[in-house]
Amino acid sequence: MNRFVWPLVAVAALLVFLVMGLKHGDPRALPSPFIGKPAPQFELPTLKNPEVTIGTATMAGDYALVNVWATWCVMCRAEHPFLLELAAQKAIPIYGINWRDSRLEAMRWLDDLGDPYLASAYDEDGRVGIDWGVYGAPETFLVDPQGTVIYKHLGPLDRVIWQREFESRINSGGPAK
Amino acid sequence: MKRLFALVAATLLVSSAFAIDEGKRFDDPELQARYEKLISEVRCLQCQNQSIKDSNVTLAADLRREIARMIDEGQTDEQIAEFLVVRYGEFALYRPRTTGKTLLLWIFPFLLVLLGGYALARVVKHRMSLPIDDDITQEGQ
Repeated sequence: MNRFVWPLVAVAALLVFLVMGLKHGDPRALPSPFIGKPAPQFELPTLKNPEVTIGTATMAGDYALVNVWATWCVMCRAEHPFLLELAAQKAIPIYGINWRDSRLEAMRWLDDLGDPYLASAYDEDGRVGIDWGVYGAPETFLVDPQGTVIYKHLGPLDRVIWQREFESRINSGGPAK
Repeated sequence: MKRLFALVAATLLVSSAFAIDEGKRFDDPELQARYEKLISEVRCLQCQNQSIKDSNVTLAADLRREIARMIDEGQTDEQIAEFLVVRYGEFALYRPRTTGKTLLLWIFPFLLVLLGGYALARVVKHRMSLPIDDDITQEGQ
């Protein structure tokens, strides 16, 4: 009988890993190496006014969302109404990084659909996107008042994800570690 | 026959139009070789399971541009790998580096072979210690 025990244990272990793998959710979502680290420094012209720049320094002092978006990104359109809702509730300052986009089309998008952002940085050549490890818009980073990235969400943001992943971290964080 | 030839020629022309980033980035063949090796070992994160050499999505093009820039600046392969890992994690490299978290990945196959060898040795030793005639009577029944 004993000879069946070890194969059984091995199969059980494999099953555990299989279930863990399946529960992982979106297989494209990678753990961001920035969690717990300072947000990457950047300084870019804003979308609406090339004379004005925004950057990491602009966001300091408060919890902030950094939302990477583009007009060619279908899922960005899907999450847009929820971002507007957050902005209307003044839930949190939202900054945009307009990633690899055309300035004209991006401005028209904000005119047509509404603008939830305090400001959007215009990352024309994707250089800042690379520094933030962006690989698929929309991506939303949660940055704490000390400028530390505490969460990153890949894909469209919605109420459920906002409450479960973002609000809980803001509320429990206070001054994050 | 002429038409067939024209067709083949046309097909060849079209397929060369699909090629991605064939243009030489460096005059120095050594640098060009380094560049091509590097981009073939970086995962395209937008379209996983392709290298950035084989992909034509914008992020892959951006990363190729950055890697070419870093080679131009005289950075080493390790520095370029570090640049990618800091931003995208170890997953971005098709050939994970032998450090820290990935160490297990590298030694696990050898551990398995050792474990298998040990198990095999034990089984063989056990079988060897069995009385031979006992074996025969078992087989015979």
